[in-house]
Amino acid sequence: MKVTSVNELEAIRSEILAGKDQDKPCIAVCGGPGCLANQCLEVRDAFVNEIAAKGLTDKVDVRTTGCHGFCECGPIALIYPQEIFYQGLSIDDIPEIIEETIINNKTVDRLLYTDDEAGQLVETEGEVPFYKQQMRLILGNNSKIDPHSIEDYIAIGGYSALAKVLGGMQPMDVVDEIKNSGIRGRGGGGFPTGRKWESTRNAEGDIKYVICNADEGDPGAFMDRSILEGNPHSVLEGMIIGAYAIGSNEGYVYVRNEYPLALKNINLAIKQAREAGLLGDNILGSGFNFDLKVNRGGGAFVCGESTALMASLEGKPGEPRAKYIHTSDKGLWDRPSNLNNVETWANIPLIINNGADWYSAIGTESSKGTKVFSLVGKINNTGLVEVPMGMTLREIIFDIGGGIPDNKAFKAVQTGGPSGGCIPESLIDLPVDYDRLTEVGSMMGSGGMIVMDEDTCMVDVARYFINFLMEESCGKCVPCREGLLRMGEILTDITEGRGRMEDLDLIQDLSEVLRDASLCGLGQTAPNPVMSTLKYFRNEYEAHIKDHKCPAGVCTELITYSIDAGNCTGCGLCLKKCPAEAITGETKQPHVLDAGKCIKCGICYDVCKFDAVRKE
Amino acid sequence: MSQNSQTPRGEMVKIMLNGAEVQADPYWSLLEVIQFYGIDIPTLCHDEGLTPYGVCRLCVVEIGSGDKTKLVASCMHPVWEGLEVRTHSNRVIKTRKTILELLIARCPSSKKLQDMAALLELKEVRFEPLNDDCILCGLCVRMCEEQMVAKAIGFAGRGTDRYITTPFDMNSEECRKCGACMYICPVCELRCQGPQADTVLCSGCINTEPVCAPDYGDAMCFMVPCLSCVKGPEDVK
Ligand SMILES: Cc1cc2nc3c(=O)[nH]c(=O)nc-3n(C[C@H](O)[C@H](O)[C@H](O)COP(=O)(O)O)c2cc1C
Ligand code: SF4
Ligand code: SF4
Ligand code: FES
Repeated sequence: MKVTSVNELEAIRSEILAGKDQDKPCIAVCGGPGCLANQCLEVRDAFVNEIAAKGLTDKVDVRTTGCHGFCECGPIALIYPQEIFYQGLSIDDIPEIIEETIINNKTVDRLLYTDDEAGQLVETEGEVPFYKQQMRLILGNNSKIDPHSIEDYIAIGGYSALAKVLGGMQPMDVVDEIKNSGIRGRGGGGFPTGRKWESTRNAEGDIKYVICNADEGDPGAFMDRSILEGNPHSVLEGMIIGAYAIGSNEGYVYVRNEYPLALKNINLAIKQAREAGLLGDNILGSGFNFDLKVNRGGGAFVCGESTALMASLEGKPGEPRAKYIHTSDKGLWDRPSNLNNVETWANIPLIINNGADWYSAIGTESSKGTKVFSLVGKINNTGLVEVPMGMTLREIIFDIGGGIPDNKAFKAVQTGGPSGGCIPESLIDLPVDYDRLTEVGSMMGSGGMIVMDEDTCMVDVARYFINFLMEESCGKCVPCREGLLRMGEILTDITEGRGRMEDLDLIQDLSEVLRDASLCGLGQTAPNPVMSTLKYFRNEYEAHIKDHKCPAGVCTELITYSIDAGNCTGCGLCLKKCPAEAITGETKQPHVLDAGKCIKCGICYDVCKFDAVRKE
Repeated sequence: MSQNSQTPRGEMVKIMLNGAEVQADPYWSLLEVIQFYGIDIPTLCHDEGLTPYGVCRLCVVEIGSGDKTKLVASCMHPVWEGLEVRTHSNRVIKTRKTILELLIARCPSSKKLQDMAALLELKEVRFEPLNDDCILCGLCVRMCEEQMVAKAIGFAGRGTDRYITTPFDMNSEECRKCGACMYICPVCELRCQGPQADTVLCSGCINTEPVCAPDYGDAMCFMVPCLSCVKGPEDVK
């Protein structure tokens, strides 16, 4: 397929659509990271084999797609055209699905999702509460296309935004459209994308670069991965449009090395786009030339920082440098460079197709469009969710996320990745947008959301993230390298019962220095987990320091186990299980726990059926 | 430091330096301008003969006005028309002191750091001393590469495991044993031979205090060491 003009693209699209039977059953098996871990590929093979065995190969399509978002329920399959949502599949379920749903047109009720609140089964994806309140402008296409098929992407309207741009928009019109849409970067800083494009466009230089940041190093985050794996052409289309607007003929996609499928899919998409005349010289006959290279990430979290990423692209160590001269003026090889995040790029075709007014009507005053969040931690519905900016934390965590497992109480949510802040229960009705999150001491970051329940120790959480950041710091500048080391020492002291009240002032001083004087964003934002927990959970710090108690019962050095003689039935289970032989007692008599021998493994606490083991 | 491509060479811009309007060459770094006007601010990873590296962050100054100010490393920062700079605001002084505190805790034996501590009035070090022998300022690496054109040493490791070494940690054939790295190192140098304090901080030589800074938010003059305005003549030796 070679598309030589804008009109030809439309002709090809009509041809693809005419060749597709909209009523032909199609089984879309989610091949996202969560489902992959649950053997979804075996499920997919089982579908293919069963269909062949029934002689239906020509009548039913099977496609492996990018992440559908509802990882908690994986493996997932959607049956088109009805959009029946089957979850928790295993290979044994497949013959029944083919027999009942494909051949007899009936649902297999035991594989449907149960809406606990309404107490009933739901048939289609759209009725599942997890999906109902989302606005899946970006992720929604994942289940509709095979990421390896450019035809599939074209069939759902792909590259029409590019055709619109090359078919009659001036570069400056494109920049204005993006500026007016109000979109801000999805990778961390939330810088207005249109303004970044404009600066790069206006910067002096013949050679300019556009770059896609797909380094995604936040632990637990997989939104960029899911876009790149599930819909790579949407990112390409965004980048080609950006390159045209900025005046760039060369670009890079910098992909995290641990994402082999994303690398494969983006490489394939680039190859297909080149063959189709959508990349390379004279794109769609417009005279505009643009091509892309894919680079593998340097393997460190800090390589996602813009200047470190560019250093890494140049083949140097992935270390940040001072950004007093913006990368839009002097970036990669000292040339004007425009870096955007995967999700930012994927939003561009939407804005061009629907217009800046449509886009800016979604979201809040300062934050437009939708945002993809990875919802993890102590939450019932783990997965990727996409919601309009401004939705409250409560709606995301309880309505979409289904609340906290085991009826535990919600305690806090950390947003924005490792250097985000922890937001307490009292702020659960906070609308999620860039500025509101910053106001409460956290950040949007790239969209991580880690939910914590009542059993979480907030000092321990701060210690965990500071240690993560310390290990990921490049070590170049003093505040970050030395400051995080010392902050980690202090927090460890506190969690192990050696904290002093003066330490809290010291943490405060260190936090200010890190924020004010660090060279790059890693050090500048690193204090967030500490500052926010200190602000909202100061009593927990004080309990550790003054009373040598960990209120959540997490910090082992500070907990003691004992047996409540009143509840103990003398069943002897704890005695048998205790690896330290710290428990003694006669059968049917209350047992005794010797705190001196106890190694605080917590086994007795877990095994006791009578609530007789106390943890304090 | 090439900057401000709009301004032709030779033309000056005006900046506000500690409240005074002064002329500055936009092709200089902010640190160079500050030093040109005789204002002393601490630097550690900077050397006139080497490319600025901007990692010790001791040269921080506060730029901007109102509530929109921020700290920047002056050795890396460009100069532009209208830039407002404060070299000794409370925030700057506090930041510098904490950074120096971190550095001294790492290498208490460095005379350069001890002298700087005295000048900056650092009164206590709140961290366990590590008695290390490198603060990773990278002066030796740049010296070796840029002045000796040998590239015999470089950084390895990441974060707190970062260290200076030769390629593959092996004896390097590039190294001509010229000693330039040791010459420029702020830590290799011997500690002063005067009376040795048994605390982490020595602070033997100079000890005065610019009390005007807490009072006014800025230090009001730049005498080094700070002299008589507040202290009686008996305190100034
Ligand atoms: C330590 C650090 C790590 C970062 N990692 C990423 C990343 O993995 N992906 C990303 O898109 N942006 C990351 N960023 C943000 C980038 O520096 C940059 O702001 C972003 O890619 C710009 O794109 P945007 O404007 O579309 O958000 C990181 C920033 C810092 C300070
Ligand atoms: S802030 Fe941390 S990660 Fe960034 S340059 Fe400094 S040491 Fe490296
Ligand atoms: S050896 Fe000396 S000059 Fe080299 S980085 Fe360490 S402190 Fe700086
Ligand atoms: S002298 Fe400027 S950062 Fe070290």
